[in-house]
Amino acid sequence: MAGKPKLHYFDGRGRLDSILWLLAAAGVEFEEKFIETSKDLEKLRNDGSLMFQQVPMVEIDGMKLVQCRAILSYIAAKYNLYGKDIKERALIDMYVEGVADMNEMFIFLLITPPDEKGAKIAQIKEKAANRYFPAFEKVLKSHGQDYLVGNTLSRADIQLVELLYSVEELDPGILANFPLLKALKTRISNIPTVKKFLQPGSPRKPPMDEKCLLKVKEIFQL
Amino acid sequence: MAGKPKLHYFNMRGRMESIRWLLAAAGEEFEEKFIDTPDDLKKLKKDGCLMFQQVPMVEIDGMKLVQSRAILNYIAAKYNLYGKDIKERALIDMYIEGVADLNEMIMLLPGCPRDQKDAKITQIKEKTTNRYFPAFEKVLKSHGQDYLVGNTLSRADIQLVELLYSVEELDSSLLANFPLLKALKTMISNLPTVKKFLQPGSQRKPPLDEKAIEEARKVWKF
Repeated sequence: MAGKPKLHYFDGRGRLDSILWLLAAAGVEFEEKFIETSKDLEKLRNDGSLMFQQVPMVEIDGMKLVQCRAILSYIAAKYNLYGKDIKERALIDMYVEGVADMNEMFIFLLITPPDEKGAKIAQIKEKAANRYFPAFEKVLKSHGQDYLVGNTLSRADIQLVELLYSVEELDPGILANFPLLKALKTRISNIPTVKKFLQPGSPRKPPMDEKCLLKVKEIFQL
Repeated sequence: MAGKPKLHYFNMRGRMESIRWLLAAAGEEFEEKFIDTPDDLKKLKKDGCLMFQQVPMVEIDGMKLVQSRAILNYIAAKYNLYGKDIKERALIDMYIEGVADLNEMIMLLPGCPRDQKDAKITQIKEKTTNRYFPAFEKVLKSHGQDYLVGNTLSRADIQLVELLYSVEELDSSLLANFPLLKALKTMISNLPTVKKFLQPGSQRKPPLDEKAIEEARKVWKF
């Protein structure tokens, strides 16, 4: 199990963000090799490092893993953030997949034409406020515990709180009607490893700006 | 653990088919409650059965699971089709996520506007023969074993073979240059449980034809 995990992606959130959050929360140190140009991506592809010619790719424990879900599930299992049995894992999976659906909307926002962006943002806010946040608030209310599953910290808590931060960037007041989600956010943010990740100077990436978007378009030839 | 799993979905493949394949391959009998009208779906939502107001939903072992990946992961783990350790699971996850990406394209084809359909089909065929099939053929070639992971049957084999059948329906010539994939398809198809599922009269669903899509448009107004 030589060395730190090595993350291959461009210098932005995109599909790597959840992986960064999970590694950081688990207290795992890692390296990042940024893809700056389409040539960098071509090289990775030609080296046979990318099973489906796509990134993110994470070199970890002798494997070159692609596909975010494969990477996230491996990290979660390795660091005991995936529940204690298959039933807890089923609940965790159900919750993180709901979070992933919302995250996907953010990914699509990146490539949405400027004139359609307003509508897309409104859609994200609506889904958060009417579908996803109520569902998670209900889970926390139903058992009254500090964590989503099994009264223990899991990837579900970390990935949900990551989403709460993202949505708040679009709609600062949104958590007003979700006191238990607010409390979860505070609790998770105060975990020493997460607290460190939330501070300036950490590997955490800022929201995508125009400059980064242009770079991404060049890298992926969009 | 009372009774058989109960699948709630439309009477079509969609996002439930992989679940049907996996349960069938595992030899697990299941019931289906079809959603035939908008009122059926409304009722499920109103009853609070759908965490994110979406189907598929599977009642299994006292849980009402939504999100196809959560459902598939649970079934795979329960029936020992998910590898022997977290590293094997990482490989399995990587492979099935590739399968899911290609499957998504094929699944969305019926809903594609007529004038875009041909271009989409070309894109699917290109991705199949240049990206996905070579990747899986390479895996089988690299270890020379019968199954994709750990020399043992896993969900990866079943879900890949399901995909091979779908691709064949689109264009039977696409499998021609992939002898190891062909061999995997034959071997998996000959497993008694899979063989039974592939026969007429099983719970396997047919592909959507034009007539079925038109009917669906009328009922669901899209």
